Amino acid sequence: MAEALLQIDSLVKRFGGLVATDSLSLDVQPGEVHALIGPNGAGKTTLIAQLSGFLKPDSGRVIFDRQDITGLPAAARVRLGLARSFQITSVLRDFSALDNVALAEQARQGHSFRFWRPARRDPALRNPGMLALEEVGLADRADTPAASLSHGEQRQLEVAMALGSDPRLLLLDEPMAGMGPEESVSMVALLRRLRGKRTMLLIEHDMDAVFALADRITVLVYGRAIATGTPAEIRANREVRTAYLGDTEV
Amino acid sequence: MPAVTSLGLLRPIMTWRVAVAIVVLALLGLLPWYAPWLETAGIINQRFALTVMTRVLILAIAACSLNLILGYGGMVSFGHAVYIGLGGYTVGILAHHGLGSGFVQFPLAILLSALFALAIGALSLRTRGVYFIMITLAFAQLLYFVGVGLEPYGADDGLTINRRSDFAGLIPDRGPDKFVAFYVLSFAVLVLVLGLVHRLVNSRFGMVLRGARSNDLRMQALGFPTFRYRLAAFVIAGAICGLAGALLANHTEFISPAMMHWTRSGDLIVMVVLGGMGSVLGPVYGALAFLLLEEFLPGLLRLVLGWLHDGTAAVIGRGPAGALDDWLRLAEYWQIALGAILIAVVLHARGGIDSLLGRAGRG
Ligand SMILES: Nc1ncnc2c1ncn2[C@@H]1O[C@H](COP(=O)(O)OP(=O)(O)OP(=O)(O)O)[C@@H](O)[C@H]1O
Ligand SMILES: [Mg+2]
Repeated sequence: MAEALLQIDSLVKRFGGLVATDSLSLDVQPGEVHALIGPNGAGKTTLIAQLSGFLKPDSGRVIFDRQDITGLPAAARVRLGLARSFQITSVLRDFSALDNVALAEQARQGHSFRFWRPARRDPALRNPGMLALEEVGLADRADTPAASLSHGEQRQLEVAMALGSDPRLLLLDEPMAGMGPEESVSMVALLRRLRGKRTMLLIEHDMDAVFALADRITVLVYGRAIATGTPAEIRANREVRTAYLGDTEV
Repeated sequence: MPAVTSLGLLRPIMTWRVAVAIVVLALLGLLPWYAPWLETAGIINQRFALTVMTRVLILAIAACSLNLILGYGGMVSFGHAVYIGLGGYTVGILAHHGLGSGFVQFPLAILLSALFALAIGALSLRTRGVYFIMITLAFAQLLYFVGVGLEPYGADDGLTINRRSDFAGLIPDRGPDKFVAFYVLSFAVLVLVLGLVHRLVNSRFGMVLRGARSNDLRMQALGFPTFRYRLAAFVIAGAICGLAGALLANHTEFISPAMMHWTRSGDLIVMVVLGGMGSVLGPVYGALAFLLLEEFLPGLLRLVLGWLHDGTAAVIGRGPAGALDDWLRLAEYWQIALGAILIAVVLHARGGIDSLLGRAGRG
């Protein structure tokens, strides 16, 4: 087996009496799309928060590209190549769509202690920004303030910003949350295009999308991984069916 | 096509906001040249006009520096007047010991303010919201009481500065010319600071600062260690405000702890909010409006109250002797009127005076 890009090692996170992440171990291989599914409150977002440095685990380790990043601040992880999107849309609302992605590019280009040249007229930021918007289909909305974008467009921007850091591992927390059917289709198409080019840890409730996109699936229930395997294995897993897929027709 | 593009370019450049900005800056910059005319016309004494307006310019510089962190960075520092005090005391203490060169005093004032801002910022910027307000206020009060305790430099009573900063004779520091010269110097510094803030907030650094105000977590998720950028802005703001303090000490030829009293910090916040947070020129409008109201509102109120009195006297007859004085004494409550005006502006225009000029251009 090749060296994992991301290795999660007996991670534990408690909120008072609640164990949101329960001795979770998991790995993401280079190039794969690893889907993380599980019922509401299973601890998926909590896991992403620990991987991206916004929550401190109580114990366990996170290894990214052979480096222990468990204690690393969020921004430093992005520079190592670990970027996330948010389940609850988190864009810079008073900036334009283009500003939002241009900032991702700006962060990627190194420190921003540059005090003189106007950033909004810098082609080195605007051009990659436009490409990022084109990639998610938002090019014609470049100058619209993020707050004025429709919910679906904000979701696309959310993903474009994560992509803008050019990450080696993309952590996507329900990219299609709250999207209409048409928008979902274009998001799935985008993820399909990224497949094979980007390593992804993908959280998604839409099972059709998950089974279509994932190389491997891990099922999380009450903070524990009850199964990991290929889509076919997960589909066949009885424990998964009772615990999660239950009544839903897969 | 070219016609369309040039129109498209012209429109955002020449807006009401820009026009007003040019007029206001021109009126400020040319004051020494038309002030004599104002005096001959019997409108206002020339010296008095220059003195009042120099103070406006200097506090506008201080407000601009606060705007950088408050308006663009979302950091509600309730202790910003501390840097006015630090800059002022640097000048005053050096002058007291016979070190009168402005080329020494001013850089030191700026450096010292920056260092204090670094220390205060490093500790306070780890907190948010009300805690940040309280911690910056606490540091300001601490330094205020240090000033009160500085016996060799006049403690509570302050210290008179016998000689203004000496810029190798380039700027007259005595005689009748010194008022004009100092006004011009203050205006030049204000313009420089405005230019600096304008470049700063539109640079990559500025985008990070504004992004962190808008959504700090997202900025971190994009890979920006926002603390560093916020701290850097805090230090720059402190340094600029220290410069304003050095100017103010020269202007009043006097330093005292009152310069850094928390109410002074509050005044600066009011100027920024009143003028328009996060607009480069907003603090200039805010300082103008606030300080001119403070200066002229009592007189204005007496005038209006006098009219009212005469009006009612004409209708219902004169009251008992002394009624007019009682009536005019109401003008002592001018601060209530000032408060009402502030509330009205803030409620009516959340972006302050600047937003009243139209938001056609981009911020
Ligand atoms: N900051 C917090 N403090 C206390 N409890 C929390 C906190 N964050 C999450 N939880 C709890 O931890 C559990 C896991 O939450 P989490 O948001 O990770 O679930 P999820 O799998 O992402 O669910 P969903 O599918 O609804 O997004 C939930 O029971 C939640 O209420
Ligand atoms: Mg979640």
